[in-house]
Amino acid sequence: MIEPVIPLLYLAAAASFVLALKWLSSVTSARRGVIIGVLGMALAVCGTLLKPEIVSYRWIAVAFVLGTVIGIPMAMMPMTAVPQRTALSHAFGALAAALVGTAEYYLQTPHIDHFTMSALALEVLLGFLTFTASLMAFGKLQDILPTRPITYRNQNVVNLALFGLAVAAGVYLAVRPETAWLFPIFAALALVFGVLLIIPIGGADMPTVISLLNSYAGLAAAAMGFVLNNKLLIIAGALDGSSGLILSVIMCRAMNRSFTNILFGAFGQVQPAVGAGAEEKTARSASAEDAADILRAANLVIVVPGYGMAVAQAQHKVRELYDILTKARVEVKFAIHPVAGRMPGHMNVLLAEADIPYDKLMEMEMVNSEFPQADVALVIGANDVTNPAARHDRNSPIYGMPILDVDKARTIMVIKRSMNPGFAGIENELYYMDRTLMVFGDAKAVVGSIVKELAGGSMH
Amino acid sequence: MSQDLELSLYVFVLATFLGLEVIRRVSPLLHTPLMSLTNAISAIAVVGSILVAGEQKTVLSTVLGTLAVTCSMINIVGGYLITYRMLRMFRKSGKERS
Repeated sequence: MIEPVIPLLYLAAAASFVLALKWLSSVTSARRGVIIGVLGMALAVCGTLLKPEIVSYRWIAVAFVLGTVIGIPMAMMPMTAVPQRTALSHAFGALAAALVGTAEYYLQTPHIDHFTMSALALEVLLGFLTFTASLMAFGKLQDILPTRPITYRNQNVVNLALFGLAVAAGVYLAVRPETAWLFPIFAALALVFGVLLIIPIGGADMPTVISLLNSYAGLAAAAMGFVLNNKLLIIAGALDGSSGLILSVIMCRAMNRSFTNILFGAFGQVQPAVGAGAEEKTARSASAEDAADILRAANLVIVVPGYGMAVAQAQHKVRELYDILTKARVEVKFAIHPVAGRMPGHMNVLLAEADIPYDKLMEMEMVNSEFPQADVALVIGANDVTNPAARHDRNSPIYGMPILDVDKARTIMVIKRSMNPGFAGIENELYYMDRTLMVFGDAKAVVGSIVKELAGGSMH
Repeated sequence: MSQDLELSLYVFVLATFLGLEVIRRVSPLLHTPLMSLTNAISAIAVVGSILVAGEQKTVLSTVLGTLAVTCSMINIVGGYLITYRMLRMFRKSGKERS
């Protein structure tokens, strides 16, 4: 019969997933990677549907249709919504793992061995906590919940105690799987811990948190593989887990912070106004017309986009600026800080959506040496990643964080809504430098009027 | 330790190392598509979900399984599609989008 073929299908699926990720290493082969990934998934699904244990396809078919109907609109969201979409899909992935774990528990007890139960407990713990944590992250990214960190006294003690309880319940279940009354409590503890974990995390830490949740969702799938003794699940889960881990480490390094600091540090909560003599400093403000004049005379302009550009949906206006400057033989490059935006790579996707060629998007290490030759560094909606205090001010909360050396450009132009410091209330000394011009206003409106000035000027 | 378990642990550890090596090479340019692609791949939980939903052993397990298949399917369809959409947007200067 067909059954002996199924393991081979699974093996081919596992190989496809590895190839998919390998081909993602460069833009030219990346799309091929997605296609082989789809192929791998199709093989895995077909292989599973062929299994003789399946007695009815009715509910599977219903779920396939339902999932497709919900999945397609989720893929059509605008690129600005990608961070919240990603958080939501982490929630779905984790929930699937947790639900399967729950079903398996009630199917298999009391005939479940200790090891399988340990893996099952891990699957359910990670699944449920990632589910609520991802929903919370989604709420914060979608602005349904307040984005600023919410802290209260003894928060870390409460969180750790709750986590300890959940782990203890899991261990107890692994030792005595027949304790069925404990299972719902265990699941509830995991759900609540997921919520509490995200409450103290602010918007700017989202890139790390979303990567971490990515990793957890993968590990939950891998744990499911141990429960079902399925190597394909273990491999795919491990790949996802390691991807999330790498991204989290990159994000942490880019902020010069540790995991524990991000999860338990509630960044930006208790920062007293650093630099009390702030009122004495003055910033120079400029109009869109001034900005256009300076840009027209430049040879090299480096644009530094940040979350503010995404919020204002300014990427298409930025593209117009790019076009008009490029046409006037001004070289334009984009400097992308690893944690700019709300998830890893957020800015790249937005700018690619606006049809800016990707070879103009430069990573921090590559572009920093070019700032001294730049005539203009144009900061659009980025703040902390440009603050020179990170290099020299030991008292600054962001001291040691790698930054874009915007201050080394000949002229620095900052498009910003007001002088209000960004998240964490850290004063940015860049704004008070002699060579810095502040252009106040909504990023989209300001870039739009600069473009209009440039277009008008070139016609005369 | 049973042989099955030992083998599973080997697979897990080696797949993790392989994942770390392969993913380390992904350019930061593509970190967002990377995350949506790995998200779609981890929807492999669909395998376990289909089994639970299709075995129809108890009402509870069938309901939970059907929900799980739905969740996984959302991620499979949504994850691959949006990754493909994103990758189509990247173009080099002087070239049209393909």
